Amino acid sequence: MFDLTGMTALVTGASGGIGSAIAKALAAQGATLALSGSNEEKLKAFAAELGGDHKILVCNLSDPAAVDGLVGQAVEALGGKIDILVNNAGITRDNLILRMKDEEWSDVISVNLEAAFRLARAAAKPMMKARFGRIISITSVVGVTGNPGQANYAASKAGIIGMSKSLGQELASRGITVNCVAPGFIRSAMTDALNDAQKGAILTKIPAGDLGAGEDIGAAVVYLASKEAGYVTGQTLHVNGGMAMI
Amino acid sequence: MSETADRVKKIVVEHLGVEAEKVTEDASFIDDLGADSLDIVELVMAFEEEFGVEIPDDAAEKIATVKDAIDYIDSKQ
Repeated sequence: MFDLTGMTALVTGASGGIGSAIAKALAAQGATLALSGSNEEKLKAFAAELGGDHKILVCNLSDPAAVDGLVGQAVEALGGKIDILVNNAGITRDNLILRMKDEEWSDVISVNLEAAFRLARAAAKPMMKARFGRIISITSVVGVTGNPGQANYAASKAGIIGMSKSLGQELASRGITVNCVAPGFIRSAMTDALNDAQKGAILTKIPAGDLGAGEDIGAAVVYLASKEAGYVTGQTLHVNGGMAMI
Repeated sequence: MSETADRVKKIVVEHLGVEAEKVTEDASFIDDLGADSLDIVELVMAFEEEFGVEIPDDAAEKIATVKDAIDYIDSKQ
């Protein structure tokens, strides 16, 4: 089950914590990847670690023209097809609403939501022709619950969920599913920097009693990418140790 | 019948899975041939590929019948 042999995938933010775990999980199931990110050195190092015949595509997701060209480059690099798009890249610019600058709002919406739209629009065309496709976007628990200081981030992640539901309805008849994975607290450089008191406060809200790992997200993406998940569309799979049951 | 018309009708028959006799020039994609809005987008993509023309969105929106498609393609060639 969940074999992805012969399938190709574009993963954005592929050298980051969750992105690299997603890429590893997809590759382990046999998919060939186009790894996209903004830092060429990090991508190269990650691709070398991953081994296999995966490609690297450097792209600045805040540049609309670059984003519009990315799927075409991926299709070319992957031998003429794209089966899976994983919109994983995201940024935060946290601030209280009264202090939030216009740029803090627009940068987050542009990278997290608008780039996901542009990539999905570009990928839908070859996927429609192929009568098969998987568009999977990494959203966040805060896109559903909200979080103080993250009005921009939560809006972008909620936007991805609404967009995915609409695309799911538009594209279902063509064999294309569109879903989201919503991580809760995942172990990362950011959570490693928290002190014990901060970690303790977070853990009291997580019934599972632990932070999640990148692999937990990778496994959820593999499932949604698989042929076996073909009847699942417009859904958000929450991977959060029970911290929000929605 | 023009060569363009032949090729357009062939694409319509293949794509919508309708009988060739139903694909008259007056036939409306949606009302007569059972197409939905996504089918129209796909037909336009198929026409662009077959004829090597670019059909912009505002022109694509006006293509309602088989004849509309043939006329537009002929006007660009």
